[in-house]
Amino acid sequence: MLASEATHSLPYPVLTLLVLMPLVGSILTLFSSSRRPEFTKLIALVTSVFTGAVGLWVLASFETGEEGFQFVSKHEWISSWGIGWHLGIDGISLFLVVLTGILFPLVIVGCDPHHDEKRYLAWLLLLEAGVMGSFLSLDLFLFFLFFEIVLVPMYFLIGGWGYDQRIYAATKFFLYTMVGSAFMLVGIVTTALLAKPDLGRMTFDLVEIAEGANFAASTGRWLFFAFAIAFAVKVPLFPLHTWLPDAHTQAPTAGSVILAGVLLKLGTYGLLRFGVYLFPEAALWSREIFLTLAVIGIIWGAIAATMQKDLKRLVAYSSVAHLGFIVLGTFAFTSEAVSGGVMQMINHGVSTGALFLLVGMIYERRHTRQIAELKGLQKVAPIFAAAFMVVMLSSIGVPGLNGFVGEFLVLIGGFETARWWVVIGATGVILAALYLLWAYQRVFHGEPDEANSSFRELRLREGLVLLPFVGLIVFCGVYPKPMLDRIEPSVRALIERVEEVTGYVAPAPVVMEHSEHEGGEG
Amino acid sequence: MGDTMQYPSIDWLAVTPLIILLAGMMVNLVLAALTRPWPRAWYAIGTVELAVATVVVEMFLWHDIGRDGSRVVINDALSIDHFTALSWIAIAGALAMVSLSTADYLRREQLDGPEVYALYICAAIGAMIMTAANDMVVLFLGLETLSIALYVLAASHRRRTESQESGLKYFILGGFASAFFLYGIALLYGTTGTTNISGMGDVLRAEVFLEGDDAMLLAGVALLLVGLAFKVAVVPFHFWTPDVYQGAPTPVTSFMASVGKLAAFAAMARILLVALPTRIEDWRPVVWVLAVLSVVVGSVLAVVQTDVKRMLAYSSISHAGFIMMGIEAAGHAGDEDGLPAVLLYLVIYSVLVIGTFTVVSLVSRTGDAGSDLGSFRGLGRQRPALALAMTVFLLAQAGMPTTSGFIAKFGVISSAAANESYAIAIVAMVASVIAAVLYLRIMISMWLSDAEAGDDARENVGVPVTANVVITLATIFTLLVGVFPGWLIDAARTAASFAG
Repeated sequence: MLASEATHSLPYPVLTLLVLMPLVGSILTLFSSSRRPEFTKLIALVTSVFTGAVGLWVLASFETGEEGFQFVSKHEWISSWGIGWHLGIDGISLFLVVLTGILFPLVIVGCDPHHDEKRYLAWLLLLEAGVMGSFLSLDLFLFFLFFEIVLVPMYFLIGGWGYDQRIYAATKFFLYTMVGSAFMLVGIVTTALLAKPDLGRMTFDLVEIAEGANFAASTGRWLFFAFAIAFAVKVPLFPLHTWLPDAHTQAPTAGSVILAGVLLKLGTYGLLRFGVYLFPEAALWSREIFLTLAVIGIIWGAIAATMQKDLKRLVAYSSVAHLGFIVLGTFAFTSEAVSGGVMQMINHGVSTGALFLLVGMIYERRHTRQIAELKGLQKVAPIFAAAFMVVMLSSIGVPGLNGFVGEFLVLIGGFETARWWVVIGATGVILAALYLLWAYQRVFHGEPDEANSSFRELRLREGLVLLPFVGLIVFCGVYPKPMLDRIEPSVRALIERVEEVTGYVAPAPVVMEHSEHEGGEG
Repeated sequence: MGDTMQYPSIDWLAVTPLIILLAGMMVNLVLAALTRPWPRAWYAIGTVELAVATVVVEMFLWHDIGRDGSRVVINDALSIDHFTALSWIAIAGALAMVSLSTADYLRREQLDGPEVYALYICAAIGAMIMTAANDMVVLFLGLETLSIALYVLAASHRRRTESQESGLKYFILGGFASAFFLYGIALLYGTTGTTNISGMGDVLRAEVFLEGDDAMLLAGVALLLVGLAFKVAVVPFHFWTPDVYQGAPTPVTSFMASVGKLAAFAAMARILLVALPTRIEDWRPVVWVLAVLSVVVGSVLAVVQTDVKRMLAYSSISHAGFIMMGIEAAGHAGDEDGLPAVLLYLVIYSVLVIGTFTVVSLVSRTGDAGSDLGSFRGLGRQRPALALAMTVFLLAQAGMPTTSGFIAKFGVISSAAANESYAIAIVAMVASVIAAVLYLRIMISMWLSDAEAGDDARENVGVPVTANVVITLATIFTLLVGVFPGWLIDAARTAASFAG
């Protein structure tokens, strides 16, 4: 089962290190001398690179084919309330953790805050600690703590280093998420209290509750919705998505990259880990609502993206559409679709993160993001244009690049169980090609006018920052097998759990065995 | 009964904390009257030493109660239990912190020292009697000792008319509330034939009321609730709070919001749970309504203010609503989480509010007038450490995890959920999101606002040593309890039982 944990317990708490490293880095940066800014940056860089390296080490020593939680670290924390420091990683969270570890150092190197660098770096590292903690927590209380604490650094990053409307956007982001969390907190407390008679003690331990507690169907549904509201805001699912375009557009480049790259995944990851895993019956029961909202999100996001005049806003709306695919996969309830959804979380993080980086570079050079004011950049900066092209194609989901694998698995996996939603959702892929290619055409093609003729070519440092993104885009597109091998067992166990609890029968896998070829052919 | 009056035997050890403070206050007053003025700081240091000594004695008391069990002393007038001991520790601790932050306030405002400290100590004694009282009359004495000291303290800034106005308003409305309270006691005495709180509980348990027979009792309970609701400032008995909090000298405001609330809530808990446990079905709906109104109205009105002291006054109303939720939960049969949640919230909020108001006091600058949002503009640039501490306090008040405020809220929410009061839990959480806007507004002002014309002409915000100590201690407490709350939760659990 999913919870047969401790297959891979370690004498030293490597996951705790992943959470504490950035936290320590954040405190160190805050207290470092303001007169030596380069030293401050060095601290931030070293801690984030180290965290990323630990993440890669976890990836390397992850037992492929194991479905349970690995590297589990479990300690008493607030024993009077049954709260524990319980961290663990499985196929679903593995790549999110690795992605977090990779994105942060890249962002620290690649984005320039322009002012108050010390505080900026401290917030960024605190954010990393919060995100890592959210992905690793196996205790409801602990998860809520990290999930909520993420808000504060993000709020200050948007509000302090963003663009004109930054305070409005930051406040909107903060409040939207907090409303969701308000419901989730009541949900968490109630879950633990209702599980108490079954478990014989008060505990917030995810695994214990999931394995041991029996919720009545109606109770489970209420609880599920209390959780789901928080995640639906975070994803964001239509119609709770309106904070996202503002937050993305107004955030500094680093904020946008992190927001798109990993923060939104807290929602989709939460739906899997705390929605489907904890309340399989309720998740299955409400699947049509989520499928419908996901599909509306896909179409709505795509149409809204097409109409944007601001390049960054366009990318933001494309996020709404892409995350719709992930939710579609999650609630299709087949192991291919869910695996595709998990993979799409990573893909979207990589490609949209890179898109935001590129848009940020355009803004640094031209001080505008208006599509109408940009023209003919391909002529003056061909390498830049090529990089943009690769990333954009990955976002569209062109075969051979990473975006294709995830979307393909979602669509093919969902075809049996959610046929009509998938059929409508598939048009989103076409629309993605429409708005992204059209934007590319307007920005990069044609003859550069006077303002754009001095557009600077990609610099070495920028190129080096983009290189890992492009590398991942191509690698995951051509050879997704190693990734799927690690994701799939955990996902299958999750689906089996749904089957076991609810009596639902997932259709036999159609393409899982062949999926690696699909990617390879592209 | 003989010819001579029978004096009760007195458990001297149990009342040592009261005696220490009383003696200290006397010495303070005598010295102030008879000797030439000392440097102002000396009075503060003396008061802090006194308070710390009291805390130490109270910790011994806590230990003794654990060993010997709780008891009622002096003719059943005071109950010496863990509930009392924890409240006393919190009150003396708050006294020490407020005295420290008053020290620079008095210097900056060129006010005299000794009487203010004597009044603080007097108020603390009143508060301690209130929390320990096992007799309605003794409780009322404590209430009046606390209140009268606070009326004078509120008006203690002689040159500010706002301060005078605040003291007068508080006095008049507080007088009304006391009258309600006293009338309630009288009616309860009429029903039960005793003023003893645990005695009332016994009588009411033994008595069977026929239909309509208990009108006097119900009227008494209602009047008591009005009086107490006024003292803890819950909606709709909150109207005095914003004016009084805003007008009073800022350290005094922090004293009212910490010690005043703590004592009143402790008294409320004791009366409702010891004297009236058989009437739970009568008072619980009232408490429920007061709680919901307070969290919602407090949060909503806090957001539309422009003066930070007023904002914090309204936010204190919303916090009072949260504490009322804990009392409501404690009213459910078989629940053991409500009362610990109340105590936890009270202790945590006391420290938070003192920290917050100390920062506000510093930012208000000379004259104690600059407490509007604009005064906070640019604090993050000018005094980053101070602004960071304020951010911690504000986030804690908003209930962000890893701060003590989250632990407080979590305790209350889980006790409400344990009684299946999901509606109140969700209302409270949504209200706390509304309240978050207000904390965000202050944070925006400190960190994110651009400088405006005239900002440079303002006096710089100074951070004197004593205020620094208070703020540092409060920050450490806030974060420490936020990350390792186990010891405080256990203490609150232990304290959640009454003697008598």
